Amino acid sequence: MDEGRKIGEVILDLKNISLRFGGVNALTDISFDVRQHEIRAIIGPNGAGKSSMLNVINGVYRPQEGEIVYLGKHRHDMDTYEAAKSGIARTFQNIALFKGMTVLDNIMTGRNLKMKSNFLLDALYWGPAQREEIAHRRKVEEIIDFLEIQHIRKTPVGRLPYGLQKRVELARALAAEPSILLLDEPMAGMNVEEKQDMCRFILDVNDQLGTTIVLIEHDMGVVMDISDRVVVLDYGRKIADGTPDEVRSNQDVIDAYLGVAH
Amino acid sequence: MQFFFEVLIAGLLSGVMYALVALGYVLIYKASGVFNFAQGAMVFFAALTTAGLVDSGLSLWLAVPLTMVAMVVLGLLTEKFVLRPLVAQHEITLFMATIGLTFFIEGLAQAIWGANVRALDLGIEDVPLEWLLESANIAVSQFDLIASGIAAVLVTLLAIFFSKTKIGRALRAVADDHQAALSIGIPLQHIWGIVWAVAGFVALVAGLLWGARNGVQFALTFVALKALPVLILGGFTSVPGAIVGGLIIGASEKLAEVYLGPYVGGGIEGWFPYVLALLFLVVRPEGLFGERIIRRI
Amino acid sequence: MFYRESGQFKATYAEDSEIFPIRQDKIGIAVILAIAFLGIPLLAKTGFLSDYAFTAILTPFLIFSLAALGLNILTGYAGQLSLGTAAFMAVGAFASYNFMLRIDGMPILVAFILGGLCAAAVGIIFGLPSIRIRGFYLAAATLATQFFIVWCLTKVGWFTNYSSSGVITAQKIMMFGYTFDTSFSKYLFVLSVVSVMALLAKNMVRTNVGRSWMAIRDMDMAAEVIGFRPVRTKLMAFAVSSFYCGVAGALFAYAYLGTVEPEGFNLDLSFRILFMIIIGGVGSILGSFLGSAFIVLLPILLNMFTHFLDSSIGVDVPSGIASSIELMVFGAMIIFFLIVEPHGLARLWQIGKEKLRLWPFPH
Ligand SMILES: Nc1ncnc2c1ncn2[C@@H]1O[C@H](COP(=O)(O)OP(=O)(O)OP(=O)(O)O)[C@@H](O)[C@H]1O
Ligand SMILES: [Mg+2]
Repeated sequence: MDEGRKIGEVILDLKNISLRFGGVNALTDISFDVRQHEIRAIIGPNGAGKSSMLNVINGVYRPQEGEIVYLGKHRHDMDTYEAAKSGIARTFQNIALFKGMTVLDNIMTGRNLKMKSNFLLDALYWGPAQREEIAHRRKVEEIIDFLEIQHIRKTPVGRLPYGLQKRVELARALAAEPSILLLDEPMAGMNVEEKQDMCRFILDVNDQLGTTIVLIEHDMGVVMDISDRVVVLDYGRKIADGTPDEVRSNQDVIDAYLGVAH
Repeated sequence: MQFFFEVLIAGLLSGVMYALVALGYVLIYKASGVFNFAQGAMVFFAALTTAGLVDSGLSLWLAVPLTMVAMVVLGLLTEKFVLRPLVAQHEITLFMATIGLTFFIEGLAQAIWGANVRALDLGIEDVPLEWLLESANIAVSQFDLIASGIAAVLVTLLAIFFSKTKIGRALRAVADDHQAALSIGIPLQHIWGIVWAVAGFVALVAGLLWGARNGVQFALTFVALKALPVLILGGFTSVPGAIVGGLIIGASEKLAEVYLGPYVGGGIEGWFPYVLALLFLVVRPEGLFGERIIRRI
Repeated sequence: MFYRESGQFKATYAEDSEIFPIRQDKIGIAVILAIAFLGIPLLAKTGFLSDYAFTAILTPFLIFSLAALGLNILTGYAGQLSLGTAAFMAVGAFASYNFMLRIDGMPILVAFILGGLCAAAVGIIFGLPSIRIRGFYLAAATLATQFFIVWCLTKVGWFTNYSSSGVITAQKIMMFGYTFDTSFSKYLFVLSVVSVMALLAKNMVRTNVGRSWMAIRDMDMAAEVIGFRPVRTKLMAFAVSSFYCGVAGALFAYAYLGTVEPEGFNLDLSFRILFMIIIGGVGSILGSFLGSAFIVLLPILLNMFTHFLDSSIGVDVPSGIASSIELMVFGAMIIFFLIVEPHGLARLWQIGKEKLRLWPFPH
């Protein structure tokens, strides 16, 4: 299963995306693409528009201008349901788990689009409904093993420490067996050890499952280590795009990060 | 046409009174993010206490200040024992707590004063205005006019209080951001205390006016239910919204009752404002003047 | 010592996903069902339980539990606060009545189900605003349901079969040639319906529908992003919830009161059921039952207490004051629970079980 590392065709292409909130230009004329199986990082200072970019990709925000080409289909904007259905999963900068549910239930929600049972069968919990539930449970247990969170299976997520919550959120996204995984600062607020674990998981997902990953991260060390290509945003504009080495030596990027006045 | 104007004016006049009650909600909501369902119970409590005191031999001039004291105490106790322990809870939890408070206050009022209907006489007669009747042949109740005059004055004063005074601005700061208000040294508890006291005062005035008009009885608590559509229409955070919303609801409900009611069997006043507000809500979820809610993730 | 799951290993996910995975819970439920279906009837036969126990306590307790269960699905699981529960009950009651009245040979159970379905349809219509609005805006909107439905049932004579007082008399509950006309047989009838529906509800909340409701409740944006459709999910919650309330309303008319009028399903009843879930436990099936028991028993206990005051120390509490005090106690209990234990009695029960799990060695 090492076909994962063979970077393939462009599967997601964003063209001239502009997004405004009232007077705020969150994104201005941004274009970049994502290739199959790659780890694509988005970096930039606070408020640069990184999260907004992910929100555009999976339809949470609708850009005023631009075009999104995903799996060969051209769209002006995405629809969240459609995005989920066509294999885009994500995690959020501020953890968006379902606080009142257990870890297991949270991850099970990630499989909802793959469930065929309806509420009547569910209510009877009989025959096909039961078999389906158990089949999905099995799949979810694989993910639980993979992310090493067996011990907290039945814990309500609200009671977990931050680092573990981030991991559960990743598990929920993985449960959908996505073809693109959008990760919004998956390592923010973690200690070194937790970061290492998270890095390992991301690399494993990419490597073993062949999942394409779009990653927002502030830790430059991590970004430079694990990503194939990096796009840099500043004040809603794209200022650089390329391999980690290219980006690292780009003068605009250095200025942006050192806070040179514009 | 005269009849139309009569209905319209009567509607607008009761609209002012709705606005007054609605304002009680807006005050508390703006300052503490609590939707105080108990406002109607407070109206009832105030009216019943005044009427009870008057019936036990006090003059109106003594009964009203005494009731005011009771309302302030009630407000402060509510703040201390209900809202403070629930601070930072989900708004729905707070809302349900105020439903509990509604039952408590209604029970308390009746435990003290009994459940009988009482009359309250403010010395204003409920007769048609003569000059208007003679000159334009339009019957408008003198009581309604004076009552809504009082309500209008109060509403204006509160609006000024909110936008011009230091406390008013502090209130707004609290509403916008509790944390920020704390950090610039506004003592939250004082603010909330004041707000509840003011809301108590508003309830008192509303209680006196409504009580004098319709009798002091349990049905007074339903005034609060009238104020809800006003809030939906005007937005929970807007003083002008409460006023305009009150007028719209008051007028349209009376007109609907008179012109639409006969076709459907009457008694539509109970739900018509809600349906109107609801339809409006579907079009503009933040109300007439409410601030647009931007959802973030 | 006794309530402990150690030594009970689950070898398959099927076992681990059972409705009551812990053996002691299974036994507990079996005991409760045995008491409800066998123990109580035995006590009744031997004369230990009077008619009063059935008509004033057990039957209403079960019916209110069902209504609370319905509201809990909507408010506790799907997070949509509703103040219109009684209206949905009314739809269920009056629709069942009309199905029985107007269709010859209509089996009573089918009439109840149809009544529930009518309530579900009404629930969907009045749930539509939930697509755009949330929180107490929605709560206020559900008041529209409450007022409109009661008005409609009062004004449109057809619903009450043109009864001049607006009061309807529910038909007899007959099944397979047997008439449920004693308080005892009505109890058994209600118990069966409620048990089955509680089981179905439990199954729903632990499978995909239930998870979709809770997801929308806890974080609607995230729920949407992983593929739950908010509109469908919310309306489904309204429909299922209203179905439960509708059936509860039908039972309320047929097995509890016998005669009802639209005004009987007023806002006060809606609040009462809301109180049940707050006290019992928001988002808990068990809590619906605990809360219902609490609210049904509280006035009876208060009543006994005032009698006790009267007979022992001669303090005579006038009935007007007693009912006012009842209101105050209700209100205070709500506030108390919201402050001290927002998850209600069900949570207390849970905590008790966790303690018991460690007992008698606390560590
Ligand atoms: N829902 C919204 N409404 C209004 N403005 C928004 C909204 N979402 C984002 N913005 C604005 O868009 C800009 C970009 O925000 P965004 O969250 O995308 O930045 P970011 O790069 O993710 O920053 P950070 O590193 O802090 O997460 C900011 O100015 C922000 O205030
Ligand atoms: Mg961000």
